[in-house]
Amino acid sequence: MKRSLFWNVMFYIFVAFVVLESVFPFYYAIITSLKTGSQIFYITYLPVIPTSQAEFAHLFDNYYAVLFSGNGTFLRNIWNSIWVSTWTVAVALFLGTTAAYALARVRFAGRKLLLMTILAVSMFPQVAVLAGLFETVQSLGIYNTDWSLIFSYTIFTLPFTVWILTTFMRELPVELEEAAIVDGATPWQIISRVFLPLMWPALVTTGLLAFIAAWNEYLYALTFTASSNENRTVPVGIALLSGNSDHEIPWGPIMAASVIVTVPLIMLVLIFQRKIIAGLTAGSVKG
Amino acid sequence: MANISIKNVKKSFGAVDVIKGVDLEIKQGEFMVFVGPSGCGKSTMLRLVAGLEDITSGTISFDGKVVNALSPSNRGIAMVFQSYALYPHMTVYDNMAFGLKLAKNAPDDIKTRVMKAADMLQITPYLQRLPKQLSGGQRQRVAIGRAIVRDPKVFLFDEPLSNLDAALRVATRLEIAKLHHSMGKTTMVYVTHDQVEAMTLADRICVLKDGIIEQVGTPLELYEKPKNLFVAGFIGSPKMNFLNSKFAEPYKATTIGVRSEHMEFVDKGGWAGKVIHAEKMGSDTYSFVDVGTEEPIIIREIGTSRHDVDAKVNIAPMKDTVHRFGADGISI
Repeated sequence: MKRSLFWNVMFYIFVAFVVLESVFPFYYAIITSLKTGSQIFYITYLPVIPTSQAEFAHLFDNYYAVLFSGNGTFLRNIWNSIWVSTWTVAVALFLGTTAAYALARVRFAGRKLLLMTILAVSMFPQVAVLAGLFETVQSLGIYNTDWSLIFSYTIFTLPFTVWILTTFMRELPVELEEAAIVDGATPWQIISRVFLPLMWPALVTTGLLAFIAAWNEYLYALTFTASSNENRTVPVGIALLSGNSDHEIPWGPIMAASVIVTVPLIMLVLIFQRKIIAGLTAGSVKG
Repeated sequence: MANISIKNVKKSFGAVDVIKGVDLEIKQGEFMVFVGPSGCGKSTMLRLVAGLEDITSGTISFDGKVVNALSPSNRGIAMVFQSYALYPHMTVYDNMAFGLKLAKNAPDDIKTRVMKAADMLQITPYLQRLPKQLSGGQRQRVAIGRAIVRDPKVFLFDEPLSNLDAALRVATRLEIAKLHHSMGKTTMVYVTHDQVEAMTLADRICVLKDGIIEQVGTPLELYEKPKNLFVAGFIGSPKMNFLNSKFAEPYKATTIGVRSEHMEFVDKGGWAGKVIHAEKMGSDTYSFVDVGTEEPIIIREIGTSRHDVDAKVNIAPMKDTVHRFGADGISI
């Protein structure tokens, strides 16, 4: 069907709006991060072009300040974020896949109810479970450690991990599983050697979503690692960046820090986006 | 290499009884075909023998040993699925070797067995390819190969030809028949809804309907001495002609059945009617004659027909070829 010129134009205006809306904040963060001193308070929509050698030398001052002042606390924060997010993804995917196998392939009473319960759990606002989680974390003795975050992030990434993987696993042909059963495979071998290689587009998607969720999480990170500078993750680290005095908010370093922690995510998505598409088309072969 | 003994086997899915008590003995090395219309329970029967479904009641034994509780791999069976069910991410070689690897066979042994099976099925050139790079027929051969390397006692086929086109179906049918000859001691159970496949492949055919065995016998027994109307109508192509009331009365039966090759045109007498259509196959001609029955009577003539469409003709069954059925549909 051919669209009329009017709708064509409207379509692209809409696209432009969506792109602007999602990209502009990040763009503004980048140009702000390259400003220093009082420049920051002038609103400009184009990057400041360094005109002299001296200006050029100060272009990345904010980045330098964030990364290397404060005894490398921020580097430590980044490492914590990577560590916590990676573990969260690993644990969530492992539990998610095994749970998905049971929910998609094993017939048992109350399966629907269980799936709905899992979905319902994800509807609780974070704050509602915070107090309970805090008690749990305390009693497990993991307060102020990375494990408190890995533990709580896994809890809130599991519902959607399980749901997406269950949906995907249902789509895999039953005969494939039966062929593996006839070949003498145990349930674990079916999951690990037959299903996982076929599911990896789904694993990448859910893994990425879980990673982003864990990477950006603020409330639990603030609560469970409040008294330990060492174990903070990046969002909390950024929020607690302080200026030279109590009254100064260090916008430049904050923006620089935001850019530093956002770029890896964008890279991850771009790298895996191709893989996801490639994986989806390759998976369309009839078993 | 197993005699299969099925005793009073029943299977229900919830409230639905799919198999309603089946007794059947399958001898070692026999090629048994389960045939029937869709929903008759033939695939379920196969899956019960395979161990992919649990039996609700009754026993299945291989060589006298009850296997009800054994898993498929411990029963020594191999199965070929309708959709091939090859592992899409593994090469042909790995597909065939997967079961042996899981069973922890020695690498040398795995290699020999896979190569031997590949040789037998002429898929050696494709061993390093992925299933998606193969044609339908090649995939089906790989699926058969995967079953052969397991060296099974019982070989199960679940409608293996229904995804293939007509020409390939005939060729693969021949392959399976040859396979049966070369694996003489392996018991084979084959499920199909296609009675031609059943007739051409089977040592014995088991006709199922609504979860009950209608008749078991060699293809010719079923063709020549069908026990009831259902078997008579199901086996044979074109379908057997059925006539009742005034046509059947002279034969003292409720219904009579005559196969198309047992009908002939006569000069006078017999049943008068009109030719309404003729299918010219070259080797044979099938004329459809309306004599006042619900369905037209089909008559086979060898070669081309002497009777034009709309011609008025008289037809009659040949002597001693009429199948007679009582009011209950059972053969008299």
